[in-house]
Amino acid sequence: MAVCAVGLASAVAMTGCSGGGTQQDTASEFTGEYDGPDVELSYWNGFTGGDGPFMQQMVDQFMEEHDNITIESNTVEWGDYYQRLPAAVTAGEGPDVGVMHLDQLATMAARNVIVPVDDLAETLKLSADDFTEEVWDAGVYQDQRYGIPLDVHSLAMYYNTEHFAAAGITDAPTDAASFEEALTKLQAAGFQTPFWSPALWPGHLMFLSLLWQNGGQPYAEDESEATFNSEEGVEALSWQRSLVDEGFSPADVAIDSQYVAFKNGQTSITWDGIWQINDLTESGLPFAAAPIPAIGNEPAVWANSHNFYLPRQTQADDNKVNAAKVFIAWMSEHSGDWAGSGMIPARESVRQSGVLDGTVQGPIAERIDDMRFLPPIPGIGTVQSETLEMAVSDAVLGRAEPEEALSRQAEQATKLMEENRASFGE
Amino acid sequence: MTRTAQAGAPLTGRALADAKRRRTRKLAQGPFTPWLFLAPYLLLFIAFVVLPTLLGLWISLHQWDYTLPRQPFVGLENYAQLFDSDSLTSEPFWTSMRATFIFSIFSVPLLLVIPFAVALLMNQKFPGRNFFRAVYFAPYVLGVAVIGLLWRYLLDNNIGMVNYYLGRLGLPDDTAWTTTVPAAWVALIGVTVWWTLGFNAVIYLAALQDIPAELYEAAKVDGANGWQQFVNVTVPGMRPILAFVTMITIIASANMFGQSYIMTQGGPGRETRTAIFQIAETGLRNFKMGDAAAMSYVLTVFLIILSIFVFWIFRERRDKVVDNAAARKDF
Repeated sequence: MAVCAVGLASAVAMTGCSGGGTQQDTASEFTGEYDGPDVELSYWNGFTGGDGPFMQQMVDQFMEEHDNITIESNTVEWGDYYQRLPAAVTAGEGPDVGVMHLDQLATMAARNVIVPVDDLAETLKLSADDFTEEVWDAGVYQDQRYGIPLDVHSLAMYYNTEHFAAAGITDAPTDAASFEEALTKLQAAGFQTPFWSPALWPGHLMFLSLLWQNGGQPYAEDESEATFNSEEGVEALSWQRSLVDEGFSPADVAIDSQYVAFKNGQTSITWDGIWQINDLTESGLPFAAAPIPAIGNEPAVWANSHNFYLPRQTQADDNKVNAAKVFIAWMSEHSGDWAGSGMIPARESVRQSGVLDGTVQGPIAERIDDMRFLPPIPGIGTVQSETLEMAVSDAVLGRAEPEEALSRQAEQATKLMEENRASFGE
Repeated sequence: MTRTAQAGAPLTGRALADAKRRRTRKLAQGPFTPWLFLAPYLLLFIAFVVLPTLLGLWISLHQWDYTLPRQPFVGLENYAQLFDSDSLTSEPFWTSMRATFIFSIFSVPLLLVIPFAVALLMNQKFPGRNFFRAVYFAPYVLGVAVIGLLWRYLLDNNIGMVNYYLGRLGLPDDTAWTTTVPAAWVALIGVTVWWTLGFNAVIYLAALQDIPAELYEAAKVDGANGWQQFVNVTVPGMRPILAFVTMITIIASANMFGQSYIMTQGGPGRETRTAIFQIAETGLRNFKMGDAAAMSYVLTVFLIILSIFVFWIFRERRDKVVDNAAARKDF
């Protein structure tokens, strides 16, 4: 019986065995072309949703144009991805190139999982003015660039157009008053629970959006403490809970059920990521998307970005590294095609080229300046999942008052951040 | 028992004679011979159990993040933090230990009694018996991900079918099976019992069929009724198997992870995060291998104490059986 617990300890131990590794600088000079011998690159990503087939299509096209480079895609759900990647890279079994979220770059850089790509950004002539400032700056950790942004993706407000028509709503709500008016009208039209307030995903993303709308910040600028328990935060979370108290949302909305309910036409409005666009289109549901309304003082919405990175290699192969850079460069240049996956290309020049015209995400892309990103603090993912998400869940479920839940978890978050700073040696 | 007797039987014949002859001829056995026989398994055991266990102990004395260049030695601090209510690790860990305890204390008795009843039923002769045996065992062949997802949607309080049909039957239809306690525990334990009872039932059934029919005949001759046969023949005959089933059920319950990971995501809050869940989360997702290893060892200590207790209970009973037998002999 003792074996089971020890068994787990040993699983921990075995991944621990490989340990260490040395710091590797960026590999040899990159020229922008690859004309070496045939190489096969393993390419890791987490595009398991409606975005997956699009990525594979782009990969196939790339291989057609590059006879000497074969791309072996490996797609794992993002949650497992971030657990697996450090283990694989540390064991020398990592990919040759991959994609990760913006808010993971600093953590992975601090963990020595990925290497700087400043030279690549230079060769690609990528510069700050082609990106929004936050996307561009978040890829930098300790003065070095670690990510090449592919896209940005935010929360969006999806609404059932049939329900809206039945309730006599002509325009998508844009602020607190019009949103509440829409909810009331929908209820009057017989849609009892028009907007479900989820306790788990994407509840915390809604919370962050509302917090930013109210003018608050989840974490202090100097990364010293969690500030999501501010007045702005309490107001944001209280609003999420009030949806339940006022009867717009049923109580105890469990994971994924608000999305399933929306797809089934059981609820009229849901806030979810724009990566769901293809899934909703395929379902045949009559829907439209709009930027989430400004419930607070100013428009703001949580967003994230997919970034290409180069992992640290225990044995560097210059050919592979160069081929990987060619791949990233090509992907960045073709990021317009990626709009078909429902995402918004990160480069302004691509966005302006007309690829977003007539797409569902088009109206959301226009508001790219309202998008807010988590600050690049190493270890922020753990802080989020262990504290902020707990507070949101407790308050939305009505297990604790928003203020109490937030201040308890913010205290834990600050401790965790202190601990992270110590272990990442900043 | 019968199997070993059968296997042993041929040895008494020619084989034994051969063996004897060989031994008398020459059998100077070196001191390493037993080790050589043990070697194939011993190597695996050392590589995959002993060494990782020791390394785990070593890791638990460090602040161990395998992606970072330094793993500073912290002595017993990881353990001390588990017992310091101000630390970051202590509260989540003890909440998870409590969750494992709540789950085990309810699921183990149910998983001992219900499969027993099912096995007794399946041991009767009735038409369609094999079909029902298969039906009870069927859920067990499904993986935890399958049953977890299945029940997560069935039990969802807003879109699930369980509450819908409860409502149709005029019963309360607003129980939040996955987002409130204690309803979440009822759901997790119920699903686990439904899922795994077939396995225990099959073991019980095999044991029931191993009880010699002569004992029942003898009991009948002595005028024992059904209940008396059950108490005096069936239950004593099942005792060794009961010990085995108790142990594996406790192990399985203490290891519970997948059901709450998938059905409740450990929620509400951390209420249904079990110890193994918390250890995996700490070590593998949050990269705090040192803390996770320390938690594993604390859990191990608890399980060792528990297993000693369980062994003690069953040994006590066996002694009693021997006493009874001795008493009967005197009689």
